[in-house]
Amino acid sequence: MPTFSTKSQPVKPVNQQPSMSTSYRIPKSDLQRLIELLRCDGYTVVGPKVEDDAIVYAEIGHIDELPKGFRNSQDPGKYRVEQTGHKNLFEFNVGPHSWKQFLFPPRAMVASGTREANRWTFETPPEQQPKFAFLGVRSCELAAIAIQDRIFLQGSYVDPIYKARRESALIIAINCTVAASTCFCTSMKTGPKCRIGYDLALTELEDGFVIQSETERGRSLLTTLKPDEAIDKDLEEARILEQRAVEQISKQLDTTNIRDLLLGNLEHPRWDEVSTRCLSCTNCTMVCPTCFCSSVSEVVDLTGDSVHRQREWDSCFNLDFSYTANGIVRNDRRSRYRQWLTHKLASWYDQFDSSGCVGCGRCITWCPVGIDLTEEVAAIRQPPSSNRMLPVIALPNATCVLTKETKE
Amino acid sequence: MSVVNRASLPNQLDPWKTSTVTVNRLRAHTSGVFSIDLSFEDPDVGKQFEFVPGQFNMLYVPGVGEAAISIAGTNVSGMLQHTIRTVGAVTTAIEKGGVGMSLGLRGPFGRGWPLEPVTNSTAKVSTSTKNDHPKNGDVIIVAGGIGLAPLRSMVEHIGSRRAEYGTVSIVVGARSPGDLLYQDEYEDWRSRKMKVICTVDRASLDWKGQIGVVTLLLERLEISHPSLTTFMTCGPEVMMRYAAKSAINRGIPEAQIYVTLERNMNCAIGLCGHCQLGPNFICKDGPVFRYNSVSALLRVQEL
Amino acid sequence: MNTLNSEEQAVIAKPRLAVFKFASCDGCQLQLLSCEDELLSLADSLEIVHFLEATSRIESGPYDIALVEGSITTYADRKRIHEVRHQSKFLITIGACATAGGIQALKNWGDRNDFLRCVYAHPEYIETLATSTAIADHIPVDFELRGCPINRFQLLEVLRAVLAGRKPRTPSHSVCLDCKRRGSVCIAVSKDEACLGPITQSGCGAICPAFNRGCYGCFGPASQPNCDSLADWYLRGRISAPKLVPLLRNFNSNAADFRTCGDRVDPSSDQGVCE
Repeated sequence: MPTFSTKSQPVKPVNQQPSMSTSYRIPKSDLQRLIELLRCDGYTVVGPKVEDDAIVYAEIGHIDELPKGFRNSQDPGKYRVEQTGHKNLFEFNVGPHSWKQFLFPPRAMVASGTREANRWTFETPPEQQPKFAFLGVRSCELAAIAIQDRIFLQGSYVDPIYKARRESALIIAINCTVAASTCFCTSMKTGPKCRIGYDLALTELEDGFVIQSETERGRSLLTTLKPDEAIDKDLEEARILEQRAVEQISKQLDTTNIRDLLLGNLEHPRWDEVSTRCLSCTNCTMVCPTCFCSSVSEVVDLTGDSVHRQREWDSCFNLDFSYTANGIVRNDRRSRYRQWLTHKLASWYDQFDSSGCVGCGRCITWCPVGIDLTEEVAAIRQPPSSNRMLPVIALPNATCVLTKETKE
Repeated sequence: MSVVNRASLPNQLDPWKTSTVTVNRLRAHTSGVFSIDLSFEDPDVGKQFEFVPGQFNMLYVPGVGEAAISIAGTNVSGMLQHTIRTVGAVTTAIEKGGVGMSLGLRGPFGRGWPLEPVTNSTAKVSTSTKNDHPKNGDVIIVAGGIGLAPLRSMVEHIGSRRAEYGTVSIVVGARSPGDLLYQDEYEDWRSRKMKVICTVDRASLDWKGQIGVVTLLLERLEISHPSLTTFMTCGPEVMMRYAAKSAINRGIPEAQIYVTLERNMNCAIGLCGHCQLGPNFICKDGPVFRYNSVSALLRVQEL
Repeated sequence: MNTLNSEEQAVIAKPRLAVFKFASCDGCQLQLLSCEDELLSLADSLEIVHFLEATSRIESGPYDIALVEGSITTYADRKRIHEVRHQSKFLITIGACATAGGIQALKNWGDRNDFLRCVYAHPEYIETLATSTAIADHIPVDFELRGCPINRFQLLEVLRAVLAGRKPRTPSHSVCLDCKRRGSVCIAVSKDEACLGPITQSGCGAICPAFNRGCYGCFGPASQPNCDSLADWYLRGRISAPKLVPLLRNFNSNAADFRTCGDRVDPSSDQGVCE
């Protein structure tokens, strides 16, 4: 059923197809129409929902399931949600979940084998994967998805499961209007304003949404919604709210020369210090929207004649992760934390031409002992105190490693 | 099955696609090391299988798991050969399974050895030879223990294009004379004008060769055109570091020194994260690396 | 670690399995019984010759595989475990009692005679050691399978691995990894619940946090656990030592990492950090 705007300002009716460069305005109730449209189209709509005292991502059937009135507070090792009674549906920041769990599922079957008369035959499963519409994707999360695209789709090998899920996924982004104390997207240049990588992007006003489309799919959804063009007042309200989020961001990560800083300080005493606090429990890597480590294990039936190969999320913090016939390569917490941080913030540039960090702050909030990577980097930026000065390991310079094959 | 003369291969559409292979022959070398010849169940898949010396396959024992095993070459009938050290569940299962065992295979993966000799025009350092008549590049191969396996197909490659290379020396080190791999092939290699010298840590009574580490042999090896020499080594990391150091001391340019590295490999396609060393994924950026791109990383403990 | 070599397997058509009980609740043996379907297929590859919980048939040793449940708490058991070891080629301890001393190891922090006086009308009839200790504290053990109770799928994996002569795959990572794989929200972070997940070995499938309860540490310490860091963080927050110490002194109280940490943060202990 169509719902019409009830606002009193003069509106410009949309006679033609919505354009991608224009901002439109829809009433909040139109979000329900959008959800219904998507469901009719065969999408499983996933969005934010309050479960177990946290805002998680789960299937959404109705607008009423969204966290209306909820706010969150986040600090290192601490997360709280609170019902404040306000009217907004999206006035919070990223929680324990990320879209990674839908595009790169925690468990997935990659292959199977069957034995008949002592001969094995192998199959890769048919690429029948669910079709998701993500509702409420934040700017830092768009950046995270773009990073995982580079890993799973744009490298020398393509992951079939990620590809099938990613290509069918529809993304409805939401601009942040508030920031948590753990957010630092401005440092990583990934937000808070959504600029690229969505089908539709929303900014939640007091009484409606400003909406934009970036793709043909998004534009065709807008066409069905028949929105009004946004007026200056709407755009000004959106701009003020978006600016509020920017101003609330207090955490910073100085990324100046960060790759060489970290790779040039592999023997910095701070690695020893952080290893006394780090639990090596894997939480930071699990909540990170870009971490992609996995392991494939065997699931065997009783007879042993049928085998499934199951890929599961794994972590560089696990002792067995670096196991080789000659022993375990990273056999203490120090080397494992160092691997994680230097990969995320330094060698990621060599591998994927960007940082592996999007500044979402999840690893800070969800570390059970509140380790804050921005503080670790800041500490490494400080020269080691003189009595503990260690030689800095010289590494091949950036261009040398970047090209992998050293130029002649 | 064929060895190709390209540095890289087109990638498979589905990296998890697994082919069925059968163990046709199992040859025990020394304690805990054996070679297998594999035939593809589907002959067409076998015919299309191409690899670069130095690449590896993932051998899969269903229910047990996968192991990354470098390709040791092909036998006279074109069957794929692997030489395996029994260290974990997968390799133990293959050894136990023996001839007739049905296995899965994914591959080939990774970057192999350089397939062209260094020539005057490609040499990095200008030398007095530059103005002389063109000279074919020399090769020094240094292998420790089972490290000879991924170099064997390289030796075959050089042997098949022998005229394009200058002096070729193969230095093989092992713990004891019985641990020297492919001894029955050394005469063939020598007949193709490749120098093969062996050294062992512990000699038996009838041993007439050298005793001691490979670097001792390297120091005595005549290297007449260091700037035109490609140096390839595979073996324990410590051995490779010392061998590379010795090569550098003898004037071989660092960019012409190649080493192979080993880390935990799970997916073989750079997507699982296990095999990282600094910026490198050993499985797809290696396992063969130019020494100067990894030497600094190898000096850091537990990286 | 010993494995049955192929020669030994060839000689013995069906390896003989024995199950032995020491101080325990029988829960881990029950996990073997509840394997039901799997037990039938297991019976094809094993002969169960000594399993009092399941059958009255008792055959004497030697045994190829021995499963040992329970801890050492009496003089008699301390002697008996040596006999079991002597009779068994591959000895696997199962459960928190056998691998860490179990819940009964709480007596290690008290006075044996006080307990005896409290519990028994005639303590003079009771012969008991001052401590409850893991089997590995007394004899060499070939493999330890953790858990209170053990996970039966892990038990089957261990048996399959031993029969195949390979190393069992029982992950040593933290409970957190499983918690995140199943999408549970971390209750330590979202509710200030004292949860031992970050320092506890997986194996349970992260059940408790999924039901809003902190991890009790049933599978003992994870590999290279940082118990002190977690404990200090909790104590700086809303969790008190009187709450934390009993959590560390639970089913795996006598596992070295938990014991050391528990003693360190125990306000009543000499080594306490909380005075």
